[in-house]
Amino acid sequence: MSLTPPRPGGPRPNVPVILDGEEVLAFDGETILDLARRLGSPIPTLCYLDGLSVHGGCRLCVVEVNGDNRLPLACATPVSSEMDIRTDTSSLRDHRRRVIELLFAEGNHICASCVSSGACELQDLAAENDVDHIHYALEFPRIDVDATHPKYVLDRERCVLCTRCVRVCDEVEGAHVWDIAQRGSQSTLVAELGKPWGDATSCTWCGKCVLVCPTGALSFKGRSTGEMRHDPDVIAFLARLRDEGEWIDREEPAP
Amino acid sequence: MADPIDLDHVTSLEREAQSRYAHRALVCSSTACLSAGAAGVRAALESDLEASDRSSDVQVVASGCPGLCSRGPLVRVETRGLEPTLYEHVDDEAASTIAQQHLIEGRERAEVSSIEPSLPFYAKQVKVVLRNAGLIDPDRLEDYVAAGGYRALSNALRTMTPEQVIDEVDASGLRGRGGAGYPTARKWRLLHDAVAAPDQPKYVIANGDEGDPGAYMDRTIMDSDPHLVLEGLSLAAYATGASKGYLYVRAEYPLAIERLERAIRSAKRAKLLGRSVLGSDFAFDVEVRVGAGAFVCGEETALMASIEGRRGLPELRPPYPTERGLWNQPTMINNVETLANIPAIVGDGAAAFAAIGTPESRGTKVFALAGSLENTGLIEVPMGISLREIVFDMGGGIPDGRTFKAAQTGGPSGGCIPEQFLDSPVDYEHLQQLGSMMGSGGLVVMDDSVSMPEVARFYMEFCRDESCGKCAPCRVGTVKMFDFLDRICRGDGRPRDLWHLESLCKTVRATSLCGLGQSAPNPVFSTLDHFRDEYLALLREESLAAPAPAGVVDADSLPTWGDDA
Repeated sequence: MSLTPPRPGGPRPNVPVILDGEEVLAFDGETILDLARRLGSPIPTLCYLDGLSVHGGCRLCVVEVNGDNRLPLACATPVSSEMDIRTDTSSLRDHRRRVIELLFAEGNHICASCVSSGACELQDLAAENDVDHIHYALEFPRIDVDATHPKYVLDRERCVLCTRCVRVCDEVEGAHVWDIAQRGSQSTLVAELGKPWGDATSCTWCGKCVLVCPTGALSFKGRSTGEMRHDPDVIAFLARLRDEGEWIDREEPAP
Repeated sequence: MADPIDLDHVTSLEREAQSRYAHRALVCSSTACLSAGAAGVRAALESDLEASDRSSDVQVVASGCPGLCSRGPLVRVETRGLEPTLYEHVDDEAASTIAQQHLIEGRERAEVSSIEPSLPFYAKQVKVVLRNAGLIDPDRLEDYVAAGGYRALSNALRTMTPEQVIDEVDASGLRGRGGAGYPTARKWRLLHDAVAAPDQPKYVIANGDEGDPGAYMDRTIMDSDPHLVLEGLSLAAYATGASKGYLYVRAEYPLAIERLERAIRSAKRAKLLGRSVLGSDFAFDVEVRVGAGAFVCGEETALMASIEGRRGLPELRPPYPTERGLWNQPTMINNVETLANIPAIVGDGAAAFAAIGTPESRGTKVFALAGSLENTGLIEVPMGISLREIVFDMGGGIPDGRTFKAAQTGGPSGGCIPEQFLDSPVDYEHLQQLGSMMGSGGLVVMDDSVSMPEVARFYMEFCRDESCGKCAPCRVGTVKMFDFLDRICRGDGRPRDLWHLESLCKTVRATSLCGLGQSAPNPVFSTLDHFRDEYLALLREESLAAPAPAGVVDADSLPTWGDDA
């Protein structure tokens, strides 16, 4: 995967393909997504993450390939010679916009009150794909926040089920704390087969799941709206110390 | 170690044993008749015979399914020198009458209503897959052998190379009966040419995870003739070089599971399975795996995940199972009905099979008739028969003076076919052209009292509940498509709901990961194609005409995105 960029002196791209009308050369075995990113052509992704296995669940990176009546996934499809790939047609844009809208309708994605606002891939996707309105009735799920872990918080209402946390915990950290329980619209992220996160003894507190979460579903404790702590009393304390001359060094050596 | 079974010897013993009886009474003991009281019927027959001095003259058999489920429980009596009689609606009382009049007194026919063999339901059938169903005891290997069973396997092992078996299947033109119609021999060749890792087996799997609403073809094949499926699977394994097989059956089919497991045990004892099948070099072992109630596990990658003990989620293809399947080894998955065709093809030759059906769709197809029909049950018809013949001749037409409205084929992946297309032939290509599909063989007939938007809503509810949740368009899209359909059906829909429903259907079809999501919109598309007026009639009238109140922007007048491709 594209974690390892082509080394100088290594193999040169030699597979001729057409990407959005331009004849370009791809590396042998390179995925459509890697090729497009290398050449600066953006394809939206959500569940895909360099360094993790391919999940193929968000379906945002669908592209059109001549001669294929389905829409292949850019993240999972290696290029082949003479492939004619289109990454940005009006019908692809419509499909992507609708899938993004569906994700917004499924959870409670209220940016104004979200710990991740401004650092959220779902928010970015909406902006980049002209989603300014959700045409589907919002589900307004009501799921309790799991704040049992001392360092992190899980808010399932903001989870888009991309499984990045599941994969990073399993494939990189090797702990496999996370997985998905139930199915369909009932699908839900669970720690240790359904325990509160704080009781999950296999969690190593490494925080990788929080680092890779594209939304505000997983976050560091203490950073969310409402968790801010002011302490005006400390000023009176400081003023008293100042008035009593606490900053004057009383241990001044005798002249 | 015992010797392998001698098929001819067992056959002659079995024939001799049967010749000692004057009558053979076959009580259907398949799922539908059992739930209608067939167990009591058999007990009544047996106790009445016990009470007489004629019990040694009559062989009472718990048989598989003769097909006409709506007239069950069915009892077939074969009397030496006479045409067999198929008694219908047999309750305990009728069973006693049959025992007394037909079996004890020896009358030609008891005074119990019976089904004429000339009934089109039976007369129009061509039986390949169901040739033993209802005629043998599914729990006795000897019955299957006496009916000609395991001859194809025995001949193939002795006289044919695996390549020849594949060529024979190729020449038959057999295509997958799970619904998609992929040429079976092409799949077999892929597995034959695939190489497993050192010391690892290649796998063949029989897919018995039948889940379409109203479909029960595979269930009946498995619980009426389990050895036929085993023989088909063994032939597939021999042809492809697989040494391990799985029968994947949904947990909702306890009778099929029980009978398959018994069939495996008796086949192992007879050396029809094991390290040396019938004394040859071919080694093959089979296990039953029970599904846990997820429709999506009929999808092949999800099915393999389930067998491995993982969550039943579909995975991206390629790699296809024949490259990397069960435990990363080459694997082939065939539908139960596909495999049940194999013994006939290999045993009787491809030509006989290819003579049935149409040039593109050879052979027969089993359909489960359900819905508004006089006769519901299981039929096996040659490909190319018209829907009209199935519905009006075999199915006996629509009951209660109602008229035909639509036939639904292909379950939640299929579509509704209206009256004007009833004469088109039933095969893979034609059904697809009509916006439906062959599917696994469920055929639900709807009369004029049925609302088509409600039909679409029913199937969408099914898909919503069965979506695995892995990919976003199917997980959320089926919920939203259901919401739109529900609103429309409740009379609360507006024109924009219909527009959003159609555009969402296109996106879910184009972007979903597996067949469940890709085909979930099909019932909506096909009912919109053929019955759009019904949708329009349900839309709120005021929303079509009334202007928006001052100061309120009508959402329908807002610009929307461009038309869909």
